[in-house]
Amino acid sequence: MGIYLDHAATTYTDERVLEAMLPYFKDVFGNASSAHGYGQEAERGVGIARQQVADAIGAKRDEVYFTSGGTESDNWAIKGAAEAAKKGHIVTSAVEHHAVLDTCKYLETRGFDVTYLPADGSGLISADSVAGAIRDDTVLVSIMFANNEVGTLMPIREIGQIARARGVLFHTDAVQAIGHVPIDVDALGIDMLSLSAHKFYGPKGAGALYIRHGTGIAKFMHGGAQEKDMRASTLNTPGIVGLGAAIELAAAEREQNNAHEAVLAKRLRDGLLALPMTKLNGHETSRLPGNVNITFRGIEGEALMIHLDLEGIAVSTGSACTSGSTSPSYVLLAMGLSTVDARAAIRFTVGRGNTAQDIDTVIEKTKNVAERLREISPLFAQYKGDKKYV
Amino acid sequence: MYNDKVLEHFKNPHNVGEMENPDGYAEVGSSECGDTMKMYLRVDDNIITDIKYKTYGCCAAIASSSIATDMAKGRTIEEAEAMTKSDIIKELGGLPEKKIHCSLMAEDALKAAINDYKSRK
Ligand code: FES
Repeated sequence: MGIYLDHAATTYTDERVLEAMLPYFKDVFGNASSAHGYGQEAERGVGIARQQVADAIGAKRDEVYFTSGGTESDNWAIKGAAEAAKKGHIVTSAVEHHAVLDTCKYLETRGFDVTYLPADGSGLISADSVAGAIRDDTVLVSIMFANNEVGTLMPIREIGQIARARGVLFHTDAVQAIGHVPIDVDALGIDMLSLSAHKFYGPKGAGALYIRHGTGIAKFMHGGAQEKDMRASTLNTPGIVGLGAAIELAAAEREQNNAHEAVLAKRLRDGLLALPMTKLNGHETSRLPGNVNITFRGIEGEALMIHLDLEGIAVSTGSACTSGSTSPSYVLLAMGLSTVDARAAIRFTVGRGNTAQDIDTVIEKTKNVAERLREISPLFAQYKGDKKYV
Repeated sequence: MYNDKVLEHFKNPHNVGEMENPDGYAEVGSSECGDTMKMYLRVDDNIITDIKYKTYGCCAAIASSSIATDMAKGRTIEEAEAMTKSDIIKELGGLPEKKIHCSLMAEDALKAAINDYKSRK
């Protein structure tokens, strides 16, 4: 079988999560909004899942709203807050996921002002820059918890404090962080938080938006009265039950999983950085445990990725949503990488199922593939002998 | 995303290399993505007898250089000059929409190397 090192794109569904979901397809198939026994049994499963999500982030059960995933949660949080405010200014960053960036760009066409804060060379958004960007008419700050491409962890606690002190709503896209970082929405000053089950061994198509009590936000889907009349649509009970089970497991096994990933990621990182003309992208230490993002100078990232795929190793260039396009990662460009270095980057994301043996195989194969591609590349000859690239 | 023929050429590209004292040489870049290609020609009696290249680019760029140089080898200058990216794509059995410009780089490199050869005559 192949070696999967693209866990930031998605994970498989844990066997135990799948077990928990299965009854909700057939035996407990009722519509959770129905008043009869079939419906109420399904609703019980949804209620348990809501409590599981709430417990995992230190929220109250009725502050958790189920959605179809991270993208919907981001769209709802940002458009919903904007609509409630009617007009004003939004602070976000240049390295957000497209679900946030494109939503903000859309709002610009609707008369909102948006500040896209720059990242530093490690992908970090400083809390000071957030403080400096907040204006009298700022209605929302939206900064991701951890970056999806380079894994950099943002100073969420400081940003939360600043937003709170200035009376501005604070939303965070925690899609990448949630399985890895302990989160307490009260302690961190978070008003809204997006999460998605398939990033932590849950099913696809199931996510949630945490909305703190009293937050001014418009409803997102019009129709039935589901989710306290805020988000219409028949509840995806198997997905929701899976989300609940997955988040509970992720919290319970976090330390053990993080330790496993950190050991493997270090092995991978050391092995790859020992190859000539490579460099690490992202923060040295403040990053998600399983993320290793490396620039292989003189090699085009997609070529390396496809070659590894032919060898049975799955990695990614840029984020999954944008690969297939030829443009270099906007995240790496925002961090100040040159176009050539940004196009030469590969993201490896380690997960639960990987072994040390996998990592050694990947290092070996990457080494061979990189050598082959460098033989073809005219840039490599140019770089050779140039000290700044060694 | 890529068909088997493209992947085969990508995995084992033909004609990779450089050439001492080529009869024609060019270096071109793609305006779309910034990738680059160097191409070297050996011409005897108006026929391309040898052809080499180095490519910094994606899978489609490498496969295009491989097949385009296969196609050009043994052809007359006029025949090689008439080759377009559509011929290259056809020979590869198709490329994804977003990767069409990558085959253009091979066409451009070949044309530029031929121009260089002509200007030296
Ligand atoms: S993306 Fe640049 S050559 Fe294909």
